[in-house]
Amino acid sequence: MKTLVWVEHEGGAVKDATLSAVTAASKLGEVHLLVAGEGVGAVADAAAKIAGVGKVHVADGAAYANALAENVAPLVVELMGHHDAFVAPATANGKNIAPRVAALLDVMQISEILSVESADTFTRPTYAGNAIATVQSSDAKKVITVRATSFEKAAREGGSGAVEAVPGAGDAGLSSFVGAEISKSERPELTSAKVIVSGGRALQNSENFHSIIEPLADKLGAAVGASRAAVDAGYVPNDYQVGQTGKIVAPEVYIAVGISGAIQHLAGMKDSKVIIAINKDEEAPIFQVADVGLVGDLFKVVPELTGKL
Amino acid sequence: MKVLVPVKRVIDYNVKPRVKMDGTGVDLANVKMSMNPFDEIAVEEAIRLKEKGIATEIVAVSIGEPKAQETLRTALAMGADRAILIVSETEVEPLGVAKLLAKIVEEEAPGLVILGKQAIDDDSNQTGQMLAALTGRPQGTFASKVEVEGDSVKVTREVDGGLETVSLKTPAIVTTDLRLNEPRYASLPNIMKAKSKPLAQKTPADYGVDVSPRLKTLKVSEPPKRSAGIKVADVDELAAKLKALGVAA
Repeated sequence: MKTLVWVEHEGGAVKDATLSAVTAASKLGEVHLLVAGEGVGAVADAAAKIAGVGKVHVADGAAYANALAENVAPLVVELMGHHDAFVAPATANGKNIAPRVAALLDVMQISEILSVESADTFTRPTYAGNAIATVQSSDAKKVITVRATSFEKAAREGGSGAVEAVPGAGDAGLSSFVGAEISKSERPELTSAKVIVSGGRALQNSENFHSIIEPLADKLGAAVGASRAAVDAGYVPNDYQVGQTGKIVAPEVYIAVGISGAIQHLAGMKDSKVIIAINKDEEAPIFQVADVGLVGDLFKVVPELTGKL
Repeated sequence: MKVLVPVKRVIDYNVKPRVKMDGTGVDLANVKMSMNPFDEIAVEEAIRLKEKGIATEIVAVSIGEPKAQETLRTALAMGADRAILIVSETEVEPLGVAKLLAKIVEEEAPGLVILGKQAIDDDSNQTGQMLAALTGRPQGTFASKVEVEGDSVKVTREVDGGLETVSLKTPAIVTTDLRLNEPRYASLPNIMKAKSKPLAQKTPADYGVDVSPRLKTLKVSEPPKRSAGIKVADVDELAAKLKALGVAA
């Protein structure tokens, strides 16, 4: 089977989620990549070095600069003429593009797979991760998105794929990119951080969130996350949200501060290796999944902890 | 412009789903069902467009068992003008739903279709994008802001690093994210009024669409459980733990 993997990239570098998708695809067969964007020569060269990669298809042009699904989907469909599976990481781009490709191919997509059981059988989370379904696809071609935290990352070095330009049809004329407000941070990215410190509604306001959570995160070189309640209350922007409808994370250590542990939050972080919870309510559901719990007032214990590290 | 809003009847957001003992699915017997929360946001957005004088008519549509009527009545009580129910006793996958919706789009010619970004039961996150593909329309997924400007619509999207704005030519497809709006509750008089609003009943066969499933669910199981660990007594003990884990010096 020949697979085509969507390469998620930013600032000229291949993102980690791509490496997990490569691992998932390699369980199905030969791995080819698609790099789409504007001025992506360096990305294509980096992608070609990923261990186990065959051909790297590169679509370089203004129409692909912002990964607009209207322009990218026809390109993928064209390449799927000689591939058997399209595999994308379940990132915002992957989730936006893959179903458009699937419908154009008349294929039912398999979303956010957790494992590859065989060439046509996969497991995937449903009901916010409360039920894991094993599904078998009868479609001749497969369209799959991959939950990055469920697969090891392929090595960035060791491969020697052949880079090949694909022309593509260009701008479909349906949509245009207006702009982006991307949060800039010196901290590691949430989805690839080894340590995450997350804050919840108990922080009460934005000032507290910054003055309590961030110093601890800085001490640990950690990324900062938040519960949906904290995001909805406006303490931090939407891209901080960890949970079923936010980001799915699985760091080495996840520190939940003032987070009660709603199902939808747990769905986003329960695959973390070690979970540490700080909460003043000893009955909080977060303690049922935490490896280490501390019952106490976060306004007192978190600054104290930061001071002692 | 006409706005089409597809809605799905799903397990209520506050109910904890239980996997059936025989591993065939999730137990939905005697479980409270409601409108998918992302679809409620879609209905609300359509109503706000109507209040601004941009939308002229709101058509709600649902595909599912006969009881999905209740979900459509909720949409009507919130402010939709009429409803279409496509009855199917068996579950229809996102691809099948998108094909049926494409037929309705052909008939109704809406300027905008607003859908929830995903249903909280199957968590597929596909239908809007698939509908956009099948109708050849642009898509603004995971929207946190929707602004109609002449013959285009500006959609602010929630993406991995923050927010991104795209401009789409109408007719277009929009899928909603959590922060687009806060849906209203239907008032009692509006619930009464909704009972007399038109609700058409159809079947997939009426549209000539084959909705046979492409995916077969072999098994449904509970996720591996995490067990509760230990509680530490004070900050010193916690600091020692963090050091032992090698994440702090």
